Amino acid sequence: MTAPLDTSLDSALKAAPESWLAPRTVVTGMLLTVLALVPAYAGLTGRIFVMIFFTRVLIQALGAVSLNLIMGYGGMVSFGHAAYLGIGGYAVGILAKEGIASGFVQWPVAIAVSALFALGVGALSLRTRGVYFIMITLAFAQMIYYVTIGLDRYGGDDGLTIYRRSQFGGLIDLENKMLFYYLCFALLIAAVYLVARLINSRFGLAIRGARSNDRRMLAIGYPTFRYKLVCFVIAGALCGLAGALLANHTNFISPALMHWTRSGDLIVMVVLGGLGSLFGPVIGAATFLLLEEGLSRLTEYPDLILGPVLLLVAVYVNGGIEGLLEGRRRG
Amino acid sequence: MADPLLQIEGLSKRFGGVVAADAITLDIPAGEFHAVIGPNGAGKTTLIGLLAGEIAPQEGTVRFDGSDITGLPVHRRSMLGIARSFQITSLFPDFTALDNVALAVQAHCGHSFRFWRDARHDEELRKPARAAIERVGLVQCAGVRVDRLSHGEHRQLEIAIALAAKPRLLLLDEPMAGMGPEESAQMVRILRQLKGNITILLIEHDMETVFALADRITVLVYGRIIACGHPAAVRADPAVRQAYLGEKHGGGHG
Repeated sequence: MTAPLDTSLDSALKAAPESWLAPRTVVTGMLLTVLALVPAYAGLTGRIFVMIFFTRVLIQALGAVSLNLIMGYGGMVSFGHAAYLGIGGYAVGILAKEGIASGFVQWPVAIAVSALFALGVGALSLRTRGVYFIMITLAFAQMIYYVTIGLDRYGGDDGLTIYRRSQFGGLIDLENKMLFYYLCFALLIAAVYLVARLINSRFGLAIRGARSNDRRMLAIGYPTFRYKLVCFVIAGALCGLAGALLANHTNFISPALMHWTRSGDLIVMVVLGGLGSLFGPVIGAATFLLLEEGLSRLTEYPDLILGPVLLLVAVYVNGGIEGLLEGRRRG
Repeated sequence: MADPLLQIEGLSKRFGGVVAADAITLDIPAGEFHAVIGPNGAGKTTLIGLLAGEIAPQEGTVRFDGSDITGLPVHRRSMLGIARSFQITSLFPDFTALDNVALAVQAHCGHSFRFWRDARHDEELRKPARAAIERVGLVQCAGVRVDRLSHGEHRQLEIAIALAAKPRLLLLDEPMAGMGPEESAQMVRILRQLKGNITILLIEHDMETVFALADRITVLVYGRIIACGHPAAVRADPAVRQAYLGEKHGGGHG
């Protein structure tokens, strides 16, 4: 009885095998192809600014992927996620200013400090729920925002120029914009793969279970706090890496990077692309930044159009753009 | 002589002025099928909360398998082998039925700080999960998302999740609440099958089931035990007839 049962169960559990021509697969494939070809396009047409713009898309997407891990899969709505972009960025900037240009030092420090900050924020905020959680994460982000404003040695309010990008001892030259672009691209893909592994591992299922029904998770024996905290730290570390990339991209960092509206942007990207979908944050980041860029060329008040668009997506589309591609509407 | 599996002594809990548990003292030996009945508001669900560790008592102790567990948090008690089902269905609605049960199995297979391997194809989890699903007769729904299952199936899944933890003590909070006759009959079959294999503490409004299945019955009124004994003795107890059974025909249990 067990053998036939196994096969029927497993086929049923594969949740309607997805066709390669499903809209979401096609769109994701197209987006990745476009992203992969951006440098070639920029090189052929001489429009380097396109590549620079998409470098920013890749980095913001990495931040959004990390936020999606805790928000989409863990149900932890962090309203202070831009803090990690800032911490990662400042780690690079401060070390550069102090004469430590090696990326082998800068990047691990950026990741480690972000992780540590996440540990502190998570240890406190994860004891609360819902709107309190949101407020505490916001409060911590504001705190670090004002701390950087007070850092006179590192530019304070005006920010800090980074004169030399992170050095990797001849391994890769980040001054080369195309190489840097592909490094960001590779790291983004690696991050999505990491999240894909995580969310289907035992750890991931524990996290998703806690989002789905925390009380029941406790009743069946999970100390959910620990798992959520570790997840929170992983996401913080990942976003710290995005911050290190961002600092190298712009050669400049300032507190503005951590303004609460930047945290809001990250949330919007995740929701727009599709909460709890693997490539959703990438689609969301690209859509958001393209809209923002395009609209700011058309009008002086891009937010007047962007705002209602986001509102419509939030109200009418369940699961963001990914959900739309799957034909999911809010019923 | 072996100690009873569960020893409750002088357990009290007040919510403001309401006494939900009033110096409850009760021993449940291993293997017993013990039912707790009582009118609405008698403190039955509070008792389960106290035993599961969700509610902290003001007085009294709970001992499980000889050791004091009064101060232990919910997840630690679960690890010791105390599992519960919820009166109001409490599942993982966006998971499949089998995933729901596998999650319960996973909780008892060591820690979950395993970040890489695909847990959905892990036979260490899937096999016991399938066994528990079979035990409650839900095989045909294993791959279905839980929010698409019926109420009766949800109740069965509740039991499967509790069973997946391989509990030594099963706390069942009105497993038949809101069920139709056919679903109830199925649930009675499941309970009958469990009887004797696992120590069970059952809260149930359905008198027929209680008197048919229970080895012993405790009657709770306003948080106090007014009677405890074999079904026949409880049925004959005048205090019980007055306090509880007399009401049976009066009010339907919504």
